[in-house]
Amino acid sequence: MTISLPSFHSGEPVALASVPCLPVRQFRAEIISAVHAGSTLTALFGAPAENSEIHLFGVLADSISSSLSALSAKVNEAYPSLTVECTQAHWFEREIAEQWNIEPQGHPWLKPIRFHPPYRLSGAARTPLSGATEFFRLDGDEVHEVAVGPVHAGVIEPGHFRFQCHGERVLHLEISLGYQHRGVEAALAGGPNKRAIHLIETLSGDSSIGHATAYCEAVEGLSGTAVPPRALVLRGIALELERIANHTGDLGALAGDVGYLPTAAYCGRIRGDFLNLTAAICGSRFGRGMLRPGGVLSDVDANLAGELSRRLDKALKDVEDATRLMWDAPSVQARFEDTGAINAATCKALGLVGPAARASGVERDVRQDAPSGIFRFAQIPISKWNTGDVFARAWVRWLEIQRSAVFVREQLASLPQGPTRIAVSPMAPAYLVVSLTEGWRGEIAHVAITDDSGRFARYKVIDPSFRNWMGLAIAMRDQQISDFPLCNKSFNLSYCGHDL
Amino acid sequence: MASLLLTRLRQGKRTLPFPDAEPNLPDRFRGLPVIDQSRCRVGCKACVDACPTEAIASDGSLQIDLGRCLFCPECVSACPEKAIELSHEHRLAASTRTDLLLKPGQTLKLADRLAGEIRRVLGRSLKLRQVSAGGCNGCEADVNVLNTVVFDLGRFGIQFVASPRHADGLLITGPVTRNMYLALEKTYAAVPHPKIVIAVGACAISGGPFSDHPEVLNGAGNVVPIDLFIAGCPPHPITILDGLLRLTGRIEGSAAVGKSS
Repeated sequence: MTISLPSFHSGEPVALASVPCLPVRQFRAEIISAVHAGSTLTALFGAPAENSEIHLFGVLADSISSSLSALSAKVNEAYPSLTVECTQAHWFEREIAEQWNIEPQGHPWLKPIRFHPPYRLSGAARTPLSGATEFFRLDGDEVHEVAVGPVHAGVIEPGHFRFQCHGERVLHLEISLGYQHRGVEAALAGGPNKRAIHLIETLSGDSSIGHATAYCEAVEGLSGTAVPPRALVLRGIALELERIANHTGDLGALAGDVGYLPTAAYCGRIRGDFLNLTAAICGSRFGRGMLRPGGVLSDVDANLAGELSRRLDKALKDVEDATRLMWDAPSVQARFEDTGAINAATCKALGLVGPAARASGVERDVRQDAPSGIFRFAQIPISKWNTGDVFARAWVRWLEIQRSAVFVREQLASLPQGPTRIAVSPMAPAYLVVSLTEGWRGEIAHVAITDDSGRFARYKVIDPSFRNWMGLAIAMRDQQISDFPLCNKSFNLSYCGHDL
Repeated sequence: MASLLLTRLRQGKRTLPFPDAEPNLPDRFRGLPVIDQSRCRVGCKACVDACPTEAIASDGSLQIDLGRCLFCPECVSACPEKAIELSHEHRLAASTRTDLLLKPGQTLKLADRLAGEIRRVLGRSLKLRQVSAGGCNGCEADVNVLNTVVFDLGRFGIQFVASPRHADGLLITGPVTRNMYLALEKTYAAVPHPKIVIAVGACAISGGPFSDHPEVLNGAGNVVPIDLFIAGCPPHPITILDGLLRLTGRIEGSAAVGKSS
């Protein structure tokens, strides 16, 4: 670090004027040196500036203190790319190029990630046809290419996967997404309006609570709203129930992908039992309509708390029973172990998050690193493993289910008194806030920047899937193509969360 | 082996008795909106203004479009007279888009079964290809869950298949993004005749929270003809199952009126 950057925490507003605006070469050098020193690139994105310039923002998370810092630079048509020296910037820079019609010069693989016309129409902007692009290709008499999607075999979102294979062996996988692009970020700009929270809740529909938490904390930070403790606890309970339900579903689906049907059948059912706990709190299995800036719309009285606790215990016992079969089955373990392994160094280089990173021994969890809400007062121990394979990603999920259940049970037994929602003041003009939440797939990062009238000048969403799709591509190298469904499920990433 | 059998015993039989018995929905379930217009203040448009998807319109009398409705609590919270209630009524499937437009007091005309020749061909064995075209994975998840032991879709002769060429129809979720338009069109063309299309969720019916975004086509009806509309955001799995069973004639009759919660 050659200059001192403002240091702040998740949810803490920062005046835009205090974010240094550097010459782009220095901006680039600062980010690269911080990442080489161990920092994580939390966000790198563009926002519109005056004179049709683009204001690039970088957000870094310090490796020791986990405190955040931000820096910026103004660019116009092009700037020197960071990616060759900072792999974490790879996907971010492709996004910047696509959204703002800017060329990160020297980017090694500059292609669209979502296939939409740029937000800033200058030069030869055109609407690309989704998926119509050059793919990385291997040559050789015995090499063949397998193309899958966008419409897949299951009840699942669309995406395109291009495998370069030698026999059964996958040498390279390239993932091309964008089919789910609904224009969420563009629609959030100028807000918040009455649709905003609904766009957030459906941003990645199985992570409604995770994204709504990040959004509410961003708005509350910018408006200086102190959310009542009871609401914070209820949000925490909903977030962990979302994690438990999805992890349970994933364990069942992993069993299903190796043809082990007992665990698949039981967990498919038990996932619903957990979703129904969320529905008992707020009426929706996905937690829709529960969180709003200022608090929550649903309260839990003593009777309901007791009932939730009892049902949680019962469902948890059922998961333990159902998954024990799978952990004890050599035929399952033989498929899980050593399949799709990635090591900690790769995870760090790519900036992977969530259970995928923790399964490789990377200690990264927003609930510990940048806790907000109830997680400032009630810690959940980090769950990790060290083999980085399908087994590890499954096992970390099981550890997290148990630890989240302990948390939910404790919180239900000690709900603080008081209101569940307070009024939200207008947001401060010309401020920036970074809001982090540990969703069940990993770190959800929202960055909101307000304009001079206190509206969103830019609302940037980084779903954990945005970071982790590249992890899946790397995990597939040197694997059997028949193991792709298993590896894919072990990451279980969101298409719409990526495509926005 | 012994542990497998013991677990099997402990996990028990979990298939719901639906449709023979009424479903057990959560107390706070948000179903069919019911408006008591006699309570409305003159000139009040609080619910119209609060609705995020313009599902409620007022031209003197209120009208609610279940195809746009997210079943969110905004209108209920906004109403100063508590004239709107989201009832416990889970049956939300209709045969036409206009059936989803309701005036206060009007009952929802629930979906008809398939008619004539197509029912003879598909009524007892319906194979569907699911296409997510911008869906958020909410509808997809609650469609997928019908395959679990809880709902056991297979017992009704309905199954999701991998290829459109093996399918009798499409079940579409999502607002249909421009980027999925071509894939959806091709998938529809690949399904042999006679074929049906089912739109599940507010997005697939109207674009939902994404309606009028330049990136989406405001629902599957703008791309292919729809035979069954299932409202919700997402619809509860029981709501989806109810719609499918009405289509195949396993559940018949009666209009949804909105049971009070």
